[in-house]
Amino acid sequence: MLAYVIQRVAQSALVLLVVGLVAFSMFRFVGDPIDNMLGQERTQADIDRLRVVLGLDQPFVVQYYKFLESAVQGNFGVSYRQGRPVSEILMERAPATLELAAVSGFLAISLGIALGVFTAIRRNGFAANAIMSVSLIGVSLPTFLIGILLIYLFSVELGWLPSFGRGETVKIGGWSTGFLTESGLKALILPSITLGLYQMTLIMRLVRSEMLEVLRQDYIRFARARGLKERAVNFHHALKNTLVPVITVTGLQLGSIIAFAIITETVFQWPGVGLLFINAIQFVDIPVMAAYLMLISVMFVGINLIVDLLYFAIDPRLRADRTGGH
Amino acid sequence: MKTTTLLSAAVLLSSTALVSAETLNWARAGDALTLDPHAQNEGPTHTVRHQMYEPLIIRDTTGAFEPALATEWAPKEGDPNVWVFKLREGVTFHGGEAFTAEDVVFSFERAKQPNSDMKELIGSITEVRAVDDFTIEMVTDGPNPILPSNLTNLFIMDKGWAEANNTTNVQDFEGGEITYATTNANGTGPYVLTSREPDVKTVMTKNENYWGIDQFPLEVTEIVYTPIQNAATRVAALLSGEVNFLQDMPVQDLERVNASEGLVVKQAPQNRVIFFGMNQGPDDIEADNVDGKNPLADVRVRKAMSMAMNRDAIKQIVMRGQSQPAGMIAPPFVNGWTAEMDAESVTDIEGAKALMAEAGYPDGFTIRLDCPNDRYINDEAICQAAVGMLSQIGVNVNLDAKPKAQHFPLITDGKTDFYMLGWGVPTYDSEYVFNFLVHTRESDIGTWNGTGFSDADLDAKIKSLASNTDLEARNADIASIWRTVQDEALYIPLHHQVLNWGMGEGVGIDVDPEDQPKVKYMTMN
Repeated sequence: MLAYVIQRVAQSALVLLVVGLVAFSMFRFVGDPIDNMLGQERTQADIDRLRVVLGLDQPFVVQYYKFLESAVQGNFGVSYRQGRPVSEILMERAPATLELAAVSGFLAISLGIALGVFTAIRRNGFAANAIMSVSLIGVSLPTFLIGILLIYLFSVELGWLPSFGRGETVKIGGWSTGFLTESGLKALILPSITLGLYQMTLIMRLVRSEMLEVLRQDYIRFARARGLKERAVNFHHALKNTLVPVITVTGLQLGSIIAFAIITETVFQWPGVGLLFINAIQFVDIPVMAAYLMLISVMFVGINLIVDLLYFAIDPRLRADRTGGH
Repeated sequence: MKTTTLLSAAVLLSSTALVSAETLNWARAGDALTLDPHAQNEGPTHTVRHQMYEPLIIRDTTGAFEPALATEWAPKEGDPNVWVFKLREGVTFHGGEAFTAEDVVFSFERAKQPNSDMKELIGSITEVRAVDDFTIEMVTDGPNPILPSNLTNLFIMDKGWAEANNTTNVQDFEGGEITYATTNANGTGPYVLTSREPDVKTVMTKNENYWGIDQFPLEVTEIVYTPIQNAATRVAALLSGEVNFLQDMPVQDLERVNASEGLVVKQAPQNRVIFFGMNQGPDDIEADNVDGKNPLADVRVRKAMSMAMNRDAIKQIVMRGQSQPAGMIAPPFVNGWTAEMDAESVTDIEGAKALMAEAGYPDGFTIRLDCPNDRYINDEAICQAAVGMLSQIGVNVNLDAKPKAQHFPLITDGKTDFYMLGWGVPTYDSEYVFNFLVHTRESDIGTWNGTGFSDADLDAKIKSLASNTDLEARNADIASIWRTVQDEALYIPLHHQVLNWGMGEGVGIDVDPEDQPKVKYMTMN
C-alpha cells in the first residue's frame, strides 16, 4: 500500500515538473515581454538592462530552475504587467473563479441529474425528446457564442441582467464574495449558465444512459414485481446505482470547470484567474503565466492522484495485482 | 414662511440629488498598468492618471496647450538653455499637502531615474531648480524650443507623501519591489481615487478642493472605470446602458450604436498613422526570393509598391469608412504636416507596373510581410488587403500576422524586411518622427527605424532640430527633411486612424486626438 502511494505521488511530482519545463520552453514563443514593458521611446540600452534584470537573457532551463527555487519558498515573483506579487494577485482573483465554478458545478450536477432521470424514465415522451434535442446545443455550441447570445438576449434586449463583471462584492477576511448582494447574485446567473451548460448536458446524457442500462436489470424488474412504488424503484434502486460513474466523471469535470473558465471569464469580463491568464498571455507576463499553469496542473494532478488512491482503496483487484498474486 | 422654507429645502435637496447622481460609467479595452506616475509611458495608463494627477501643462480636447500646475512658461531671457515656469499658487494635493516648487523638482528627479519610463522625454533636461516656492528653472543641455510639448504627460507628485510612503523610487522589478504608488494616488487632479482593483474596477470621486473647480464643467461627480476586453461584451454594455462612455469601439458596431436610441458615436482623427516599412539598407534581404539583390533598395520598387495601394478601398471596405488616407507618416496637427504632402500618395497600377519593369522586376518578386494582429484597428485585415493589391503589380506577398508581443521585437531587432507599424506623435512635432523613424538606427536614436536607411547629412539636420531656436529656420529644415523622406519613399503611408467614442446622449465631450479623455471637461445632462 505505502509503496503504491509513494509511487503515485512521485509520478505526480514528475508530471508537474515536466509540465513546468514544457511551459517555460514555450514562453519565448509567446513574445517578448520587454517590448510591452517599456514605452516606444526606450533605447536599446534600456532593453538590454531590463532583460538582464529580469533574467530573460538566461536559457529557459535556468529561468525555470530559478522559478522553481523561489516557488517552493512560496514566492511566485512579481507580475510584469501589474508590478505586484503574483501570489497576491492570484489570491485576489481566486474567489471570483471559485464562486463561479461552484455555482456552475452545482447547476450542472443538480439539473444534469434531474433531467437525466426525467429523460430516462419518460424516454419516449415529447418533453424528454425535446430536452435531448436541445441538449445537443449545449454540447455543440462553443462557450463564447452561448455567452454572447445570453448577453444579447438578457442584457441588451431585455435588460434584466448585467452583461459584465461581478456586481457589488462583500469582503469577508481575504475573500470577496458576490453571494451576499443582489447585484452580485444577478451577475452570477449568465456566466454560470454559460460555464455549466456543457457539463450539465454531459452529466444529463450520462445519467440517462446509465439509468436506461440499470432499468433493464433484473433487480429492477423484481423490485417492480414486489409491488414497490414506481418512485421508490426509480430513485431508490435505480438512481443510486447509476451514481458511481457519474461521481467519477463529475469529479474530473470539476477541474475542467475551473480550467475552462478562461473563455467564460473573458466574455463576461469576470475578474477571475482565467481572465488574469488571458491578460498575462497578451502582455507576455511570464511570472503570472507560470504560476497559473503550475496551479492548474497541481489541481489536475492532485485530482487524478486522489482518484487513483480512491480506486486503490475501493477496488481490491488493484491490491491483488500489486502483490503479484498471479 | 414655513412652507417656503420647506419648499426651498425640497428644491435644494432635489437639485443636490440631481447633481450628486452624475456617475460616469466608463469602459475601454484595457486598464492602466500602474498608477505610479512615472513607471509606464502608455496611453491608457496616462489617461487614468490624468484624472488624478496633473502635469505642469496639459493639452485640452483640441490638442492645444493649457496651463495646469504651471501658469506661464517661457525661455529665460538671455539664456536659451533655460526654461522658466511660474507655478500655480494655492493648490493642494488630495491629502491636503500644499503644492510647491519642491514637489516639481522631486517629481522631475524621480522621472529621470533609470527605472522611469518617462526619462527619454525629458532626456535633454540636465537640472531642475527651484528659484522660489512658485518658480522653477529647467536647464537643458542645449536650447530646446519644444520642451513644453514633452511635459504634458509628466505628472507631479507630492514629495512628502512619496517619502512617507516609501515610494520615492520608480518601481523596480529587480527586487520585486512593490511600491505604494502603484495602487494609490495622491495628485492635485480633479478626481480623487476612492478604490482600485487592477483590471477590475477603479472608482474616483470629484475633488471638491480642486483649484479649477470654477473653471471647468466638472459635472461628473463619480467615475467608475472598468476595463472590458471582449469587444462584443464592451458594446453590449454600452447598448444595455450599464456603461455610458466607451472607448475602443469596434468599427463594425458603429452603425449599430449610432442607430440605438440614446447613444451617439463621436469621431475625430487620431494621433496615429499606419504605414509599411521596407528594409532598403542591405544589399540582400532574407524575406524575398531574389538572390543577391535587394529589390527594396531600389526607390522605383518602393514607389511602385506605394502606388499599388488603393487607400480608398481600404478605407471603404476594411475600415468601414473609419480612416483618412495618408500620404505622409505624420498625423495632421503635427508641426511639419502639410496637406499637399499628405495627398501625395496616388493609386496607379499601370504606372507602378512600368516602374517595376524599369527597375528590372517586370515579373515582380516574392516577399514576406510581417503584421501585428492585435495592435491597430483591423491591422491584419489591412495587411490582407495589401497582399491582394501588391499581387496586381507582381509582388507576391506571404503574410505573417502575429500578436504584437511577437511582432514589435522583429522591428526593433531588425528581423523583418517588410512590416506594418503605426506611430503617434505625443510632442506634436515632426522632430519626434524623425528621431525614431528616419535617423540612422543607433542605440539611443532611430530605434524604430527598421528601414536600414542612413544618410549622414540628414542625420545631422535631424540632430540640429533639437537646439534650433529660430523657429522659422527650424520649420524650413523640417520641411526639407520631409521632402527627402517623401522622395526616397522611405515608408508606404496608409492612413490616419479615426477615433470613435461611444456615449450616452447626455454625455458631452469632444474626442481628443490622443485618445485621452479628461473627465473635467465633460458635461452631463
